[in-house]
Amino acid sequence: MSSPASTPSRRGKRGRASNPTSPRSEDVRSPPSQRRRNDDTSTGELQPMPTSPAADARSPNVQDTSLFSSPARSRYSAPLSELDLSSPLTYGTPSSRVEGTPRSGVRGTPARQRPDLGSVRKARQVDLHSDQPTGEDAVSSEQPVGQKLVIWGTDVNVATCKEKFQRFLQRFVDPSAREEENAGLDLNEPLYMQRLEEINVVGEPVLNVNCCHLESFDTDLYRQLMCYPQEVIPTFDMAVNEIFFERYPDSVLEHQIQVRPYNALKTKNMRSLNPEDIDQLITISGMVIRTSQLIPEMQEAFFKCQVCSFTTRVEIDRGRIAEPAVCKNCNTTHSMALVHNRSVFSDKQMVKLQESPEDMPAGQTPHTTVIYAHNDLVDKVQPGDRVNVTGIYRAVPMRINPRQSNVKSVYRTHIDVIHFRKTDEKRLHVADQELEQKLFTEERVQMLKELANKPDVYERLSSALAPSIYEHEDIKKGILLQLFGGTRKDFSHTGRGNFRSEINILLCGDPGTSKSQLLQYVYNLVPRGQYTSGKGSSAVGLTAYVMKDPETRQLVLQTGALVLSDNGICCIDEFDKMSDNTRSVLHEVMEQQTLSIAKAGIICQLNARTSILAAANPVESQWNPKKTTIENIQLPHTLLSRFDLIFLMLDPQDETYDRRLAHHLVSLYYQSEEQMEEEFLDMAMLKDYIAYARTYIHPRLSEEASQALIEAYVDMRKIGSGRGMVSAYPRQLESLIRLAESHAKVRFSDKVESIDVEEAKRLHREALKQSATDPRTGFVDISILTTGMSATARKRKEELAQVLKKLIQSKGKTPAFKYQQLFDDLRGQSDVAITKDMFDEALRALGDEDFLTVTGKTVRLL
Amino acid sequence: MMPSAQDWLINPLGVVQDFVGKFCFAFTGLCERTDRKGKNGKLCDEKISKLDWEKRALEYFKEKLKETEAASWVPSLNDVPLHYLKPNSLVKFRCMVQDMFDPEYYMGVYETVEPSTQARVLHIGKYRDVAECEPQHEVDLQSQNNITMERQTFYCVPVPGEAQWVKEISFFCDTSANDLFLPIKVSRNTRPSGYASSSQARVSPSTSYTPCRHKRSYEEDEDMDAQPYKQKEQLTATDAQADSKRLETEALLAQQSSAPTCSPPLDLNFPLPGEKGPACLVKVYENWENFKVNDIVEVYGVLSVDPALSVLSDHRDDALSMDPMEADEEQRVHSPPASLVPRLHAILAHKLKHVNPLVPASLCTEDGKGFVSNFLTDLVTVRAELLGLLTGVLLGDGVAAEYLLLHLISDVYARHDVLPLGKFTVNLSGCPCTSSYTERLYRIIQLLVPCSYHLCMTLHNMNSLKFIPHKDYAANRLVSGVLQLARNTSLFVDETQLEQGQLDSTGVQNLAALGNLIMWQKVDYDFNYHRMEFPCNINVLITSEGRSLLPVAPPHLEQYMQSLQDALLPSLLTKFRVYLSLVRHLEYSISAEVTKAVEDDFVEMRKNEPRSVSAEDLHRMLVVARLLSLSVGQTSLSREWWQRTKELEILRRRRLEQQKCVNGNEL
Repeated sequence: MSSPASTPSRRGKRGRASNPTSPRSEDVRSPPSQRRRNDDTSTGELQPMPTSPAADARSPNVQDTSLFSSPARSRYSAPLSELDLSSPLTYGTPSSRVEGTPRSGVRGTPARQRPDLGSVRKARQVDLHSDQPTGEDAVSSEQPVGQKLVIWGTDVNVATCKEKFQRFLQRFVDPSAREEENAGLDLNEPLYMQRLEEINVVGEPVLNVNCCHLESFDTDLYRQLMCYPQEVIPTFDMAVNEIFFERYPDSVLEHQIQVRPYNALKTKNMRSLNPEDIDQLITISGMVIRTSQLIPEMQEAFFKCQVCSFTTRVEIDRGRIAEPAVCKNCNTTHSMALVHNRSVFSDKQMVKLQESPEDMPAGQTPHTTVIYAHNDLVDKVQPGDRVNVTGIYRAVPMRINPRQSNVKSVYRTHIDVIHFRKTDEKRLHVADQELEQKLFTEERVQMLKELANKPDVYERLSSALAPSIYEHEDIKKGILLQLFGGTRKDFSHTGRGNFRSEINILLCGDPGTSKSQLLQYVYNLVPRGQYTSGKGSSAVGLTAYVMKDPETRQLVLQTGALVLSDNGICCIDEFDKMSDNTRSVLHEVMEQQTLSIAKAGIICQLNARTSILAAANPVESQWNPKKTTIENIQLPHTLLSRFDLIFLMLDPQDETYDRRLAHHLVSLYYQSEEQMEEEFLDMAMLKDYIAYARTYIHPRLSEEASQALIEAYVDMRKIGSGRGMVSAYPRQLESLIRLAESHAKVRFSDKVESIDVEEAKRLHREALKQSATDPRTGFVDISILTTGMSATARKRKEELAQVLKKLIQSKGKTPAFKYQQLFDDLRGQSDVAITKDMFDEALRALGDEDFLTVTGKTVRLL
Repeated sequence: MMPSAQDWLINPLGVVQDFVGKFCFAFTGLCERTDRKGKNGKLCDEKISKLDWEKRALEYFKEKLKETEAASWVPSLNDVPLHYLKPNSLVKFRCMVQDMFDPEYYMGVYETVEPSTQARVLHIGKYRDVAECEPQHEVDLQSQNNITMERQTFYCVPVPGEAQWVKEISFFCDTSANDLFLPIKVSRNTRPSGYASSSQARVSPSTSYTPCRHKRSYEEDEDMDAQPYKQKEQLTATDAQADSKRLETEALLAQQSSAPTCSPPLDLNFPLPGEKGPACLVKVYENWENFKVNDIVEVYGVLSVDPALSVLSDHRDDALSMDPMEADEEQRVHSPPASLVPRLHAILAHKLKHVNPLVPASLCTEDGKGFVSNFLTDLVTVRAELLGLLTGVLLGDGVAAEYLLLHLISDVYARHDVLPLGKFTVNLSGCPCTSSYTERLYRIIQLLVPCSYHLCMTLHNMNSLKFIPHKDYAANRLVSGVLQLARNTSLFVDETQLEQGQLDSTGVQNLAALGNLIMWQKVDYDFNYHRMEFPCNINVLITSEGRSLLPVAPPHLEQYMQSLQDALLPSLLTKFRVYLSLVRHLEYSISAEVTKAVEDDFVEMRKNEPRSVSAEDLHRMLVVARLLSLSVGQTSLSREWWQRTKELEILRRRRLEQQKCVNGNEL
């Protein structure tokens, strides 16, 4: 700080600087760990160095206790605070103020420099010098009464500002307190006083202030904060520290409390930043794409005279060090040498932030912004994190060459971070809360609710889904329910863990029935969708893989499609073409909703609460109606049974259908742009509707509905039991519950009622009718899906085995048969065609009974 | 006191400054402002309202360019080597937006001060990179009269795959105007004889740099070394343009020296390998939200090649003391030497629908409409002749020729949720694998369409080429890929080059991307942490082997194709080119009556052979019908053409079935 009052201000500075130099005499080594802050790593190691006389001069009293390191300071600070009030100059140098004033009441907790507010401030200070007359004019012109002082260039009066903020801290009660972050706080007490208490207990001297609160309390103060953050925040700091140390005079903190405002409403989008935002407090969201190494930034240079060992300190001004040319002590020129390890550094990190993909207009590339994190904010974020950054927007002119008069007329912009807030932090831990809740305007919510009140909302929405795909109403309805999902239930206390709320759907059917298009549509509709093709994806691509980060050389886990679509929908095309071990990964995901990984020393379980929408083609390229679903698509039944709904997308051969289809398609081709626009609006509406329902509606089963569900389940069991087969399993019941809940969500209803159950039943039945009908008998047979074989087929197999057994027994006491001969005999005896496969099956069945063994070409009885 | 006619070409900044001069009094009143911060917002508004000159200047340039032929006086950066262009003169550039950099804040208005006398002068920072000031003056960064403004930088490359003929035709007309800059006229006729008549109306003395251009484009790189000396000789012989010569030598030196000094040569980031031409950083001052990546843009702007911009990279330590991370990579990419990547400050920039120089840029204007109606009269004959040519090229296959023609005029005209409407990808299977048939075929297509690219599906290409553009976060730019193409580019995928071997992961990704492109007309650009979908509009033509569909190839295919190419009359070629570009942009509709007929037909077809006609077929038929109608200049579908569509489709299907039988396996 090259402020006019250079000694006091520098001394104040030493609150920071004193750490490395404090253990000046060997006997009084006072390295209390709590005092030495982590961020002083660059200088921290230098502690044992003998100190210079200058340092001694600055703190006459050797510290008796480590905590109150410099009583001297309070002694000096008295005149300093006077200076504060009297001279506008000091207002222009907030740092000196911060360091000076509060100390009187604070008794030596060191103030910590705030580089986040800093760098440009110094520039201004110099201005003040050069334009001094102007500066004073400004002040005087703006102070009608002599008492009303404002900081130069602003309309901020320190005293009022401080007072207002203190009032805010002491009085503010959050009226709409429901945020999860307020856990453990009494909502009726002033929020920030509780926060201060927390600081006292925890010892982390940072007070985060939600700007929304401030705005609702005092709009004027809020405006000042937005416009002049670098003047107002230090004032806030001052105010907080006064209150804090008044309340908790014995509190021990690393340094003085710093106020960190967040959630400024100013700007939400990186794209909307413009030159008017410079030097203002803004909040933007984005994704971290790069972080730099830690940069030690020199704050104060330490010079030593080579001749007389006189030392002096020079503060950095706008990135430059003004090297003293002449030693003040011995008047030798050019004798001062920089001593690096006694200079003072602060941590700094450059972070690149990129616009989040959601904020971007189509067809443009994302913007990036440089942000600088200081001190303890360094290394708070990693590449890939989604963050909300609150900070001060800066623009610095670029100079081509200091000797040249021409200047590149471009400014370099960056943001000095004051507060980071990760948006996806909670996602990993809290199951239900999606933190990036979309904010809906009042009108929008009203519109959505109106829509929800329409009796045919379900039909409306399902027809708005992929309008370019014709008909397939039930399939669309199924997908609609999938988009909404069921209610998440937690049964972990009973040992059952989470019940999955996601609905999985499999579409199978003839090629060219726009399955892929449907998938593509869904993928484009949901915010967290992934689209993969079974053919191109490996188990690794779906789950996660470990790779070496080229920069840090650390092993990092790269997540695949399933993890990425957590809380979304993973669309898998060409499901049948997927290799077996890839598919096996899905078993866990589709029921337990987690993904276990054990590779390269990384063993973990990731959440993959994703719905799966898969499409499969029949093996014979055309659907063979004479075969069961399993036979047609050749997927393991273990996997199939995990799908709640399996739909067949077949080409109905029906004239009226054809006609409507033709009409639909032709209209696509001559529709005007406006009509398309309308439909597009529908899609946005649909998106919002789904997002709203997913976040705010959590239906529960009503008594009536649970009865209906029980009945439905019992009915399903009954159907089968008549023919000696099981026609429903608990899995089906769970599916029904999910579907019913989802349908209730569509209606924005908090209760699942019987109409929901009805629809769930209907849809489930429809899907079963399509996929689980035994082609041989024409009955719906759930065991096709659950065991891969219809009950009739199993019966037939048993019968054949019995026939074969009889045949063998009728042959008398021969211990062995020729395989081929036995086969021929059986065929001759039977009136239905018996294939070799069937024969083998029968032999195997008998083998299992320990009746015979097959060795090569002979069959031996046991 | 309008500036003289040539001023606005040579010294556009002067013109702007003149406009400013008139409003200068506005600033003097502002100088006594004291409060800098408090009224910041208000102050800006106040000032801007007084910055009326901006609007005036813009209008002035618009007016100027509207004048007949005026646009053609402006030298084009596409054509004229950089070192022949005067810095700070008005140039034009036709390009594709390849990447968008972050917005830039610059000093819109700044004040300079002379330290001794305290004399202050206001300057305009618009349209320039470096804040200039008079000798002895210094820029006062703290001045309260400075206004910070915002502009957007686009990284632009010449339209990828632009055909040679497009370049030739569009710049022959331009060169006539360049006398202004280079009075030396060296008559040289390097043009292929065929073009003489096509550009007869514009035949003009070509200027000294014409040979240079032809050299660059026609000859191999080895010639590059010899070339400078030739040029120098020419110049010294005529001994005129001292200025341009100096620039030229500078540029050459820069080019030559850049190779050894800069560690790796700067990658100009062209989408297609082997492209040449200047890349350019275009600074746009207004309405930049309207531009999208891959748009074709024509920019009229002030050329800035201030060497100071390059110096910046030498004095890096100073400039970068602020941010050490933005080290080499990004610095190199975002401020490359101005001699390699000039800066262009756009005064006017507008999007183009096509780059065909034979067709007016906009068909909606009066001129455009007149042009269209003129052309419509002999549309049918042109179509017939073009069909004849294509039939010849496809060795006498009329059906394939018809489809190829439809393909060449296809265009994604709308999207219905995810479904692109109007895409028409054609696969010519059964191309003779002997000799270089596909190569020849491509050459003819190249002659017809303005932009094209021949993508050989060799194993090497598939595994090593970058198809998908991806974001390089170290350099903070979008590294281009083969599939980053401007609208209506013909992508000629040559599958006859397929060979045995294994695709590695890049290869698989590339193929998936190509598949996506064909299916959905979109490319997912790779942003490392996520992918971003960019819709595109690329005509994909695939040639593949298989049993020859075409009648037996003539024994001397090479000569045959060459003769076809030679026989192309230039006048006819011009017509073909106009035809292909024009027909694509015609309006189209289907009447209710025909709709009904189409529906009936579909139902009928389904009845007869339900297995073989699906919704997809109807989609295709509707596209074919649309393209057929357009190809004869009809803007609504008639029954007749619907019939013809059906016939065509039936013919095509039959052929496919035959082939299926012969090969015994599915295709």
